[in-house]
Amino acid sequence: MSCWQTVQDYAFRSIGYGERLLPRDDFTLCQQFTLIGSGMIWNIYFGVLALLTGFFLANAIALMKASSNPWLRRPAEWFILIFRGSPLFIQFFLAYFLFQELKQSTGSFSWLTSAWAGALVVLFLNTAAYSAEIFYGALRSVPKGEVEAADAYGMTGWSRFRRIIWPTTLRLAWPAYTNEAIFLFHATTLVFFSGFPAFQQKADALYYANYFADKTFNPFIPYPIVAFYFVLLTLGVIGLFGLANRYLNRHLPQDIRPKLRYRPQIIR
Amino acid sequence: MFSYCSDPSTLSGLTWLSCYLTTPKHAGFYWSFLTVLTLLAVTAPTALAFGFGGAAAARSRIAPLRWFGKSYIAVVRGVPDIAFFLFFVIALDQAFEWLRHQWKCPDWSEPIRQGNDFVVCAAAKLPLGTSEQWVHEVYGFFTAVLTFAIVFGAFSANVLYGAMRAVPKGQIETAEAYGMTRRQTFWRVLVPQMWVYALPGLSNLWMVLIKATPLLFLLGVEDIVYWARELGGSKTPRFTDYPHGDWRLWYFLALLVFYLCFTKLSEVVLERIMKKLTRGQATLGGTV
Repeated sequence: MSCWQTVQDYAFRSIGYGERLLPRDDFTLCQQFTLIGSGMIWNIYFGVLALLTGFFLANAIALMKASSNPWLRRPAEWFILIFRGSPLFIQFFLAYFLFQELKQSTGSFSWLTSAWAGALVVLFLNTAAYSAEIFYGALRSVPKGEVEAADAYGMTGWSRFRRIIWPTTLRLAWPAYTNEAIFLFHATTLVFFSGFPAFQQKADALYYANYFADKTFNPFIPYPIVAFYFVLLTLGVIGLFGLANRYLNRHLPQDIRPKLRYRPQIIR
Repeated sequence: MFSYCSDPSTLSGLTWLSCYLTTPKHAGFYWSFLTVLTLLAVTAPTALAFGFGGAAAARSRIAPLRWFGKSYIAVVRGVPDIAFFLFFVIALDQAFEWLRHQWKCPDWSEPIRQGNDFVVCAAAKLPLGTSEQWVHEVYGFFTAVLTFAIVFGAFSANVLYGAMRAVPKGQIETAEAYGMTRRQTFWRVLVPQMWVYALPGLSNLWMVLIKATPLLFLLGVEDIVYWARELGGSKTPRFTDYPHGDWRLWYFLALLVFYLCFTKLSEVVLERIMKKLTRGQATLGGTV
């Protein structure tokens, strides 16, 4: 079987197209590369959707936490504490059993017990909490002078927030947020190891790598392949966020624009 | 445990619960919390040592050593930690067995990798097929600790590397002006001063390490996640004196609360340490 044939069979195996049966013996390098790459579809799916949706919730929560009204502040603080203070692994398990309970007691919501929706909800809430803390920190370090200047121009309320405070917050938060995005993509590999079942062996990259490692008893091929794909993904994320960073700082002269450097002191 | 527990089927309410929570199986669950704490206690200093080595290597003058240090930091950081956990558990085991194989059975002629099998001679097996159950468990725990230390060593190497570069240049130059050698500068000036720069990163790392401990479950150690799944699953009266439905939700809720308390406590303690360390330093935190 040629490598191209394998690619045709397995490139979309993780989302249910192509050959149903996974290879059982004589594992070729091509098969491993294709299947693990196919699994990356799920990692990207979870990461991108959780980031996009989580971004909006994170901004809302950060604003709530910065609010002086305790009815807004307290829930936001608790939300952040719960999702940042406990392991994602436990959150996945807990959510899975919670959704199962929900399914049994109400008869509906069965879609929440499958990984594509249930795990996405957990990742969405999780990244929202981590990003909210980042945005909150940035919100508090918006220079006073900028806000005073806005006041002097007669800006108030929404227009002051939208035109002055929020852009500066994003600018300040962006390096840390990039870091969060990278670690969120890494966290997507936990999904299929934590309660959420892989229906018909349709799962993410690490699941297939683990499958190969179990079958061949040789970890030195599949895991480096995963590593390779994730390094590519990380570079892609840094590239995209770098573009956004350039856009955010487009008003600054070239040589004093803050550069995105992938040497974060603070990880998730 | 309690005297009234001899016939559980007659009990109800809180007495039932008190008996249920003190069965020998639950003792295993409580001991597994100690496993997690032991892992933390052993891993943290080991990872710090690995990190120190990695950071020192990354800023070494010898090029291959520097490349090694830098790629150690970069590779482990760029890849999901769970991939590393799954990888190292098998890889370390096979590496140890291979080394022992070379040493104990030098005149073995067959290849070690035969198709999908990894075959070493019986004397090189780790742990030996004849050894007792606890040896297997200790060995499993040992590889888990080593795996954690390698992964978190890279993270802390990154933090320490940054901290070493954050020490003001003037300090190093002064040391050189006093005629100290590179080694003396490193140990007498750089290392004592870097900790305050490293602490924010290290405390963050400690939090991440706490939150990574449930991954022990994936490494095959009987940790709290294992026991929560085991004890929480629904039990029929045929197999146990304490039948109940699917309680895994509650067991995992308990784990969540445990982790929340643990991280909160750590946060408070680390805050205190930071305050103590920054006293008298010329930073914003130190002037207060």
